[in-house]
Amino acid sequence: MDKRLRRILPRVQKPARYTGGEVNQILKDKTAVDLRLAFCFPDTYEIGMSNLGMSILYHTMNSLPFVWCERCFAPWGDMYAEMKREGVPLYALESGDPLSDFDALAFSIGYEMAYTTVLDMLDMAGLPLRTADRPDLLPLVFAGGTAAVNAEPMAPFIDLFVVGEGEEMNNELLTLLREAKLGGWQKREFLARAAQIPGVYVPSLYEISYHEDGTVAAITPRDGAPEKVVKRIVEDLDAAPYPTKPIVPSTEVVHDRVSLELFRGCVRGCRFCQAGYVYRPIRAKKPETLIRQGIETLKNTGYQDVTLLSLSTSDYRPLPELCDGLLDYCEPRSIGLSLPSLRADNFSMEIMEKLQKVRKSGLTFAVEGGSQRLRDAINKNVTEEDLLNTCRIAFAGGWNSVKLYYMLGLPTETDEDIVGIAKMADAVLHCWRLYAKNKNRGVKITISTSCFIPKPHSPFQWEAQISIEEYLRRVNLLRSSITARNVTYNWHDAETSLIEAVLSRGDRRVADAIEAVWRDGGRLDAWTDYFSFERWMKAFAATGIDPAFYAGRERPSDELLPWDMIDVGVRKAHLVRERERAYRSELTPDCRHQCAACGAAKLLHGRNCDE
Amino acid sequence: MNDLNTKLRLRFEKTGRAVYISHLDLMQTMQRAFSRAGYSLKYSEGYNPHPQIAIALPLSVGAASLCELMDFRLAEAAELAEMPEKLTAALPEGVTVTAVWEAGRKCAQIKWLRIEGLFEYDERDAAEMAAALTAFFARESVVIEKKTKRGVGQTDIRPAIREIAFAPSAEGVRVEALISAQEPTLNPELLAEALRQLAPALAPDFAAFTRIETFDESMEVFR
Repeated sequence: MDKRLRRILPRVQKPARYTGGEVNQILKDKTAVDLRLAFCFPDTYEIGMSNLGMSILYHTMNSLPFVWCERCFAPWGDMYAEMKREGVPLYALESGDPLSDFDALAFSIGYEMAYTTVLDMLDMAGLPLRTADRPDLLPLVFAGGTAAVNAEPMAPFIDLFVVGEGEEMNNELLTLLREAKLGGWQKREFLARAAQIPGVYVPSLYEISYHEDGTVAAITPRDGAPEKVVKRIVEDLDAAPYPTKPIVPSTEVVHDRVSLELFRGCVRGCRFCQAGYVYRPIRAKKPETLIRQGIETLKNTGYQDVTLLSLSTSDYRPLPELCDGLLDYCEPRSIGLSLPSLRADNFSMEIMEKLQKVRKSGLTFAVEGGSQRLRDAINKNVTEEDLLNTCRIAFAGGWNSVKLYYMLGLPTETDEDIVGIAKMADAVLHCWRLYAKNKNRGVKITISTSCFIPKPHSPFQWEAQISIEEYLRRVNLLRSSITARNVTYNWHDAETSLIEAVLSRGDRRVADAIEAVWRDGGRLDAWTDYFSFERWMKAFAATGIDPAFYAGRERPSDELLPWDMIDVGVRKAHLVRERERAYRSELTPDCRHQCAACGAAKLLHGRNCDE
Repeated sequence: MNDLNTKLRLRFEKTGRAVYISHLDLMQTMQRAFSRAGYSLKYSEGYNPHPQIAIALPLSVGAASLCELMDFRLAEAAELAEMPEKLTAALPEGVTVTAVWEAGRKCAQIKWLRIEGLFEYDERDAAEMAAALTAFFARESVVIEKKTKRGVGQTDIRPAIREIAFAPSAEGVRVEALISAQEPTLNPELLAEALRQLAPALAPDFAAFTRIETFDESMEVFR
């Protein structure tokens, strides 16, 4: 170990996150591989090591014998300061080698607030931030993750993006990179070839021009790059690689357990939800696959908990069968099974009753909107009756705490809808008074609100975000509408939401502001410990970016959007139709009741969705 | 094969990258390693059952050891002779189980620890430092300020040092000491801290320690 590092580590918080050496890490002989890849997660070890996508891709990329893929995370502030002071460059955990020794850096970018950390990690690796300032083929800097569905704000920094699911695409890309490295290609030649791999978006091969009013005028591909980059998916999840021997951190991380992914995509079509659209079409794993993989992973990791992952656990058809199969293994071994993302319905309660290990403390419901009209407008198919029914069963069964999540600022929201949130909490309280098994323990009802952020590729991608002042007015309206003593109200600040809204629908010009924030000391912006609203506003002013143009402006449906070169499978016409239905508060049935012909099925090449 | 009611004890080394794993994280890591190696630990009874494992003398983050001891009970009988190899294979890099046996004496009977350390000096001569350090620790009392729960207190660490010797080497000054493990516990870090407080000119730029062996009151090796 580096002498400087040996001196630093005892001084920083939780040093085990900076050392590697965990069980199941993959070690290779660096002289025997052609490509050394640093898989960079622009957040802390605890967050990155909890990410299933990262774990899957670490293993798929390492399955290539000519590649050694190692991990790299962003250091927390204390470690960052020590590394800067001692001149220690960013290094990969497995080998401890500095990132300057690597042939490629791959970033997994899941959320916009990680953008400044990407820049920081490039800098700590000793690389120039901008693609244009890195003329050599190596090291190649590429990125994927949900943020790739609108790559524009990061376009000047990243050589290429992989759009969609990376299990197959990343390996195709690395195979080409190896050929390029061994063949001594120029970077330009490599990028043009890489752009031919389905799902690869090379920003430098697209010229963007703007109208005088600042909107995008044209997106012009060159060097044979495709007009539309179509998102990649894995068609058969049962056959897809799943790491049953994942790395087991030697220090506590956020999700310290076995994660089983039930399905990708979602049948619901909530109009505000980006994930519900960009992960389509829906593809499920068979319960027998999940049970086998779950048991194998438990054996290989020694974890004492399993959790089921998906956008909506209740929509997994063989859920009872899966739970029974897993419980047969877990119960005798005191292994806990947890089911997040359940819908507020009776069926879910039956499942939860089954799980003996579930502590009967808190239930959480994402209600999103305060009136049926608004919930219909956003296509959130939850009725007050459903919610109250579930609460009745829960209270009768001994639960005594309910959390209700809402968004303020959804399109078409009125003051009446906001007052409706308080009324709904009252109805839940009334339900508790009628049905609670043990009233002596009291009840706790918590309302949480966040500010709605319109996201690319969702039916609300054209909508305006409400201003910070308007959000606070609505917060105060809700506060004054809540009268019951047992109801607590928490609201998220709107400042982060505004920045996120600018970044999520930003174009390439926003990149200057991101760089300015980083130059001003911004990093780990997803953490309130480090986020500074003033720093962002200062950077916007300095780089001529008007946040309201990106966040607060309603766009006409025919405006060319900065991310229109990315095709996630869902047709734009479908999104337009959903937007219009929202204005009429018209529900669109879920995919299983009636196919809405969203277009994502084309990604399956003839197979049907949801089989 | 062991009797399930017997308390078992294992000895392990914690070196290299593993020295940064904290005491609490190590308990979790051990628990998972047993499970990975196919052993089932006995759980406590009660509302919130937890595996019955106890690591004697918690080790500071950053310190290495060749003589850690952990007590545990198994829920299913196992061949003790195979355990060190199987557990080591299931543990992170740097944690090595060297022996497993039926525990006899209580770990409370550990009294002395043999430790080795390295004092690194970036711009001072190791031979001069070694001589000065020997002279410093020859004094009869070494009273330092120590933060306690009740604020800052004065402690004399000298009685907790039974033997101490310094020798120059290529990397710095080698320290060998026999210090009190329990009642009172002397954290070896305090050897360097004493210098920072009382003789800053001798304080090393960096100090690292390794536990070598545990002894009882009468200086018999403790097992």
